[in-house]
Amino acid sequence: MTSLVPLGAFIAISAALFFIGVAGVLVRRNAVVILMCVELMLNAANLAFVAFSRRLGLLDERGSVFVVFVFVVAASEVAVGLAIVLAAYRNRPTVDVDQVHEMKG
Amino acid sequence: MIDQVWLIPALPLAAAVVNGLFGRRWLHRATGLVASLALGASALLAIAVFVEVLGAHDARRTVTLYEWIGVGDFHARVSALVDPLSALMALVVTGVSFLIHVYSNGYMEHDRGVHRFFTWLPLFVFFMLVLVLADNYVVMFVGWEGVGLCSYLLIGFWFERPEPYIAAKKAFVMNRIGDWGFTVGMILTFLAVGSVTFTEVFEKVGRVDPTLLTVIALAFFLGATGKSAQLPLHSWLPDAMEGPTPVSALIHAATMVTAGVYLVARSTPLFAAAGPALPVVGIVGAITALFAATIALVQFDIKRVMAYSTVSQLGYMFLALGVGAPIAAIFHLATHAFFKALLFLGSGSVIHATEEQDMRRMGGLRRKLPVTYWTMLLAGGALAAIPPLAGFWSKDEIVGAAFTNGYPILWGIGVATGVLTAFYVTRAMYLTFHGEPRDRHIYEHAHESPPVMTVPLALLAAGAVLSGVVLGFPPEGGFVHRSLEPVLSVERPEQHAEPNYVLIAGLAATSVAAGLAGIAVGLAMYARRRPDPAAVARAAGPIYTLLLNKYFVDELYDHRIVDLGKAAFGAAWAFDIHIIDGLVNRLGWLTALVGSGARRIQTGLVGNYALSIVAGLVVLIAVYGGYATGLLRR
Repeated sequence: MTSLVPLGAFIAISAALFFIGVAGVLVRRNAVVILMCVELMLNAANLAFVAFSRRLGLLDERGSVFVVFVFVVAASEVAVGLAIVLAAYRNRPTVDVDQVHEMKG
Repeated sequence: MIDQVWLIPALPLAAAVVNGLFGRRWLHRATGLVASLALGASALLAIAVFVEVLGAHDARRTVTLYEWIGVGDFHARVSALVDPLSALMALVVTGVSFLIHVYSNGYMEHDRGVHRFFTWLPLFVFFMLVLVLADNYVVMFVGWEGVGLCSYLLIGFWFERPEPYIAAKKAFVMNRIGDWGFTVGMILTFLAVGSVTFTEVFEKVGRVDPTLLTVIALAFFLGATGKSAQLPLHSWLPDAMEGPTPVSALIHAATMVTAGVYLVARSTPLFAAAGPALPVVGIVGAITALFAATIALVQFDIKRVMAYSTVSQLGYMFLALGVGAPIAAIFHLATHAFFKALLFLGSGSVIHATEEQDMRRMGGLRRKLPVTYWTMLLAGGALAAIPPLAGFWSKDEIVGAAFTNGYPILWGIGVATGVLTAFYVTRAMYLTFHGEPRDRHIYEHAHESPPVMTVPLALLAAGAVLSGVVLGFPPEGGFVHRSLEPVLSVERPEQHAEPNYVLIAGLAATSVAAGLAGIAVGLAMYARRRPDPAAVARAAGPIYTLLLNKYFVDELYDHRIVDLGKAAFGAAWAFDIHIIDGLVNRLGWLTALVGSGARRIQTGLVGNYALSIVAGLVVLIAVYGGYATGLLRR
C-alpha cells in the first residue's frame, strides 16, 4: 500500500508539533496553556503512531490501537490537571504557575 | 506411699498459690493457718515416706512424673529420687518448716504483709523439697534457683526500709556467682557423661578424665559455697538477718543454706572420684568454720552472732564432707537444723519481747522469758557440743573423722573452733539472759511470747536434745549411719574393721574438754568479770577492731570488686552513649545535612521541574540515538 504523502513529512510535522508543545510548557506561565501544550505533545506522538501504523499497513495495526489508549490517558490527564488548576485557583486567584510555590523545599 | 511422694512438695505449693491469690483480699491472717496445715500434712507424708524407705528392701526408688526436657540425648525428667538421704532431708525440711510456720503465726501476727509472708514461706519450702527430691541436676537446679528467689523475697520482706532490700540484693548477687558454678558443673557433667541423672552420672563417673572431673567437682563446690555461705562468698548470710526472724531460722539457718552441703553429699561418688576436689572442700570448710567463729566472738547483735555461728557450723559440715565423712555431715546438718532453728526462734522471741537486737541493752531476761531461756539454753548447749545434747554427737563425729581419716591439722582447727563456739554462745546467753538488766525500760516491758510461739520452741528443744542420741548412737553405728550407708559409703582402702573405742573416747573427751573450756572462759569473763571483757578488748587492740569489722571483708569487696564492677559498668555506659548511640546520632545528622543541601532542588516552580524533565528526555534521546546510530557502543 502506497501513499501520496511521504512518511518523512508526517514525522517532520509530528516533531514540530512536539517541540512547539515542549517550548510552550517551558515558557508559558498560565497553567491552562501549559496543559494545552501537553495535549499538543501527546497529539504529536499520536500523529507519529498513526503515520507509522499506516506505513506498516495491514501487517501491524498496533500503532493505531495505541492512539486510542493515548486519547484515554490524555482525557484523564486533562481532567485531573484542570481539577488541580481549579483547586489552586480557588485557593488563590491566579493560574500563574510561578505564583504557586508552596512546595518549595 | 512412695509413689505419692510428689504430694510432699505439692502441698506447700498449693498453700503458696492459695495464699498468693486470695491472701490479700480475703484470707489475711488466715494465710498462716492455710500454710501451717499444708506444711503439717506435708511433714506427716514425709514421715510416712521415710519410714517406708527404711523398711523397703530396695533403698533407691525413682518416681517419674513427666519428661520436662527431651532433646536428642538430653533428658531431664521431673522425677523424684527417693532414698534414705532424700527422705531424711525431706523429713528435716518439712518438720522444721512446719514448726517455724506455726511459730510465725505468732511472730508475724501484727505485720501488714502477713499474706505476703505466708505466700513466700511455703513457696520456699516447695522449692527446697524440689531441690532435695530431684533425681537429676537440672531439676535440682530449678529448686536451687527457686530457694534463692524466695530467700531474696523474704530477706527484702520489709522493703520500706533501705537495709533489707540492700541485703536482699547482696544475697541474690552473691548467690548468682555460686549459681554460675552450678551451671558450669551441670553443663560439663552432661558433656563428659552424657546424662544429668544422678544414678547414671555416678555409674559412669569412673570413665571420665580425672582433670575434667576435678573441674566439675570444683564448679559444683563453687555453687555450694554461694548457697551455703562459705568463704569467699559468705558475707551475704549475716546481712540476710535483715529479714524476719522466722525466715532467718528457716532459710538462713536450718534449710536453704544446707543445700550446698546436700549437693556435695549427694554428689559424693563424683567428688570421691575427683581427687584433689575433696581436700579443697575440707580446707575451705575448716577455714570458714574458724573464720566465722572468731567474728561471732565480738558481735553485739544477737542475730548476727547466730548468723556467723551458722556460717561456722556449715564450715564444719564441709569439713566433714572433705575428710570423707559425708554421713557425719548429713548427721550434723540434721541436728544443726533443730538447734540452730531453735536458737533463731529463741532470738526472735527475745526480739519480739524487747523490740531490741543489741545484746548490750538486754540482760537479766531469764526471769521475764523463762521458756525462751530454758529452750535456748538447751540449744546453746547443743551448739557448744555438750553431751548428751544433739550437737555433741554430730560435731564430735566430724572432728573425730578428721583425725582418724588423716587430717590432723583440720582436726586441730575443728577443736579450736569448738572452744570459740562454746565461748561465743556462752557470751550471747549471758549477755541476754543473765546479769543485771542494762536497760530498765526494755526489761520492764519484756513479756513472754504466746503459746503459738513457745510450743514450737519446746518441740524444737526436744529435737535439739534427742536428735543426736536417736539418730547417732552408738557413734559410727547409729541409726543415721545404718540408713545412709548404702547411699553415702565412700570406698576407702582400709575399711574400718573394728572401731577403736579408746581413740573415739579420747577424741570425744578432747571435744568435750574444748567445749567446757570455752564455756568456762565465757563465764569467767562475763559473770565474774575476771578478766574484764572491755580490758580484753583493749588489750587485743587492732585484732578486736579487725574482728568487730568482720575482717573488713565487706569493705574489701566494696573497694576492690564492687568499685571495679562500677568502673566497668561506667565504661560500658560510656561506650553505649558515645559509640553506639553516637554512631546512630551521627548517621542521622549526616542524613539531615544531605537533606538540607538537596532540598534546594525542590524549588516549587513548575517551570524548573518541566525543564528537568525535558533535560532528562534530551539525555535519553541522545543516548538512545547514539546506540541506534552506532556512535555509542555497549
